[in-house]
Amino acid sequence: MTLSHYLCIGCPLGCRLEVEAEDRAIVEVRGFSCKRGKEYAEQEHTDPRRMVTSSVRVTHGLWARLPVKTNRPVPKDQVRAVCRVLRQVTTVAPVSMGDVILVNVLNTGADVVATRDMPATFPS
Amino acid sequence: MITVKATQIGATYDVVVVGGGPAGMAAALAAKDAGAARVLIIDREKEAGGILWQCIHAGFGLHYFKEELTGPEYAQRFLEQVLEHDIDVVSDTYVLDIDRNKQVKLMSGAAGVRIISARAAVLAMGARERTRGAIRIPGTRPAGVMTAGLAQKFVNLLGYLPGRRVAILGSGDIGLIMARRLTLEGVEVAGVFEIMPHANGLGRNIVQCLHDFGIPLHLSTTVVHIHGRDRVEKVTVAPVDDRLHPIMDKCWDVPCDTLLLSIGLIPENELSRQIQVRLDPVTGGPVVSSTMETSVDGVFACGNVVHIHDLVDFVTQEALLAGRHAGECVTGKRPPADNIRLVPGENVAYCVPHTISTDREHTVYLRVRRPLERSCLRLGEVYERKLRYVFPAEMITLKVRPAILQKFHGDSLAVHVLPRDGSASPEDLDDAEQPTVWHIPEA
Repeated sequence: MTLSHYLCIGCPLGCRLEVEAEDRAIVEVRGFSCKRGKEYAEQEHTDPRRMVTSSVRVTHGLWARLPVKTNRPVPKDQVRAVCRVLRQVTTVAPVSMGDVILVNVLNTGADVVATRDMPATFPS
Repeated sequence: MITVKATQIGATYDVVVVGGGPAGMAAALAAKDAGAARVLIIDREKEAGGILWQCIHAGFGLHYFKEELTGPEYAQRFLEQVLEHDIDVVSDTYVLDIDRNKQVKLMSGAAGVRIISARAAVLAMGARERTRGAIRIPGTRPAGVMTAGLAQKFVNLLGYLPGRRVAILGSGDIGLIMARRLTLEGVEVAGVFEIMPHANGLGRNIVQCLHDFGIPLHLSTTVVHIHGRDRVEKVTVAPVDDRLHPIMDKCWDVPCDTLLLSIGLIPENELSRQIQVRLDPVTGGPVVSSTMETSVDGVFACGNVVHIHDLVDFVTQEALLAGRHAGECVTGKRPPADNIRLVPGENVAYCVPHTISTDREHTVYLRVRRPLERSCLRLGEVYERKLRYVFPAEMITLKVRPAILQKFHGDSLAVHVLPRDGSASPEDLDDAEQPTVWHIPEA
């Protein structure tokens, strides 16, 4: 029997959620005051995921960095590893919003895509 | 593809918008839509879009676009519309002055000083961050002390890391977002220090930016000294007592080379002051009517220059209103003047707009002074609504429909947020009208 605690992010109330589990199977969720809270606790307990937003180096662009995101949430424990990969990436302007920068990053099933157009600038 | 092109600007415009952030872009679009033929956006950065370009995290647009976007995606959607609607955008340009006849004085490196004339103006200059000077932290003045938003610009646009080991003062959303951002870029975050007994940022950011990465949050604790000659070497932090005075014999040192400040925003109203717009001492922004018009005829204002918003979606909403009325003002359509003044009452710090009318529906934004667990919002004697949970960091929105005011004949209404009596029951919470705002991060 294990007890895990989560802070609900559904609304400003910030309910303190408690999940009781037996061999990883959820026995009971306590502390929620709405349906969303219960679902959140179950999701966080069984398969916590996060959308990763970061940036990659871009050359010849209006700015030095191109903002990117994963097009679907990745497992929470992979977030740091995804960012380590992104630190090694360099792109070249121009880039369009939605352009795929990396396909299936670290086999998470998520692609890394640009979140803006990056117009090119040419040295004057 | 959005492009950055040198716009040939004309000598006369119907509506001139000062500031090309989310407020300015939405105002320009709405002005155009309302019939203003020539609309100009002036921005001092190298492209319009404002602070959204550096807010690369997600959480924007849930209200307005009904989907979760990152800051750059939100900005680009608006900028594309602006360009499609044949609105002129001039970047790298400052507005020096606007006079009573709406002669707008501009300055840029490329074109020098120019004067253009406008028939209406929209102030959308946004806000700037409070700095070390605002809270007078003792110590030396080394490099490495900066606001969280500046660090965000360094990391997300310019590609510099501000330091190797960072302490963050203030638990505002920008500070929390930067704690995560720097961690993901390989910087060590020593901790977040908050003088108040509760966190200032959204619960979601506490979880996803601090808990996820094991970054400690020290409540009721503040920075009492900054050390270092050329570069920050460490900061001294101390817990505070009930009156927020540091307890010096419990202080400790935190080694770091950078201190980020996330201690609030100030509406940027130098231009408003210069053109003698009447300002509200509480919000720090212009006093506005229900059409978002300031005390100067034909000068409108919207966004963070009026009051600090929690969500960009609300900025957009307010700016669409301001822009529409600026456009209508040019085409000669003016709604009836406001006839009711809104007065902040019990536990209400401010409300915007400052006046409303009885002929149409209004959205009023307000902020409370103190947190309340179970509360109710009361508008004079004419309207009452249950609220679930209120605290100062979260803006409350109130829809005032004409029907509410039909039997009201006074000239001012007080807005109160009062405790509700009796004990909490779950049904009670479910009955309460949909609260105000879902918590969505924004920085």
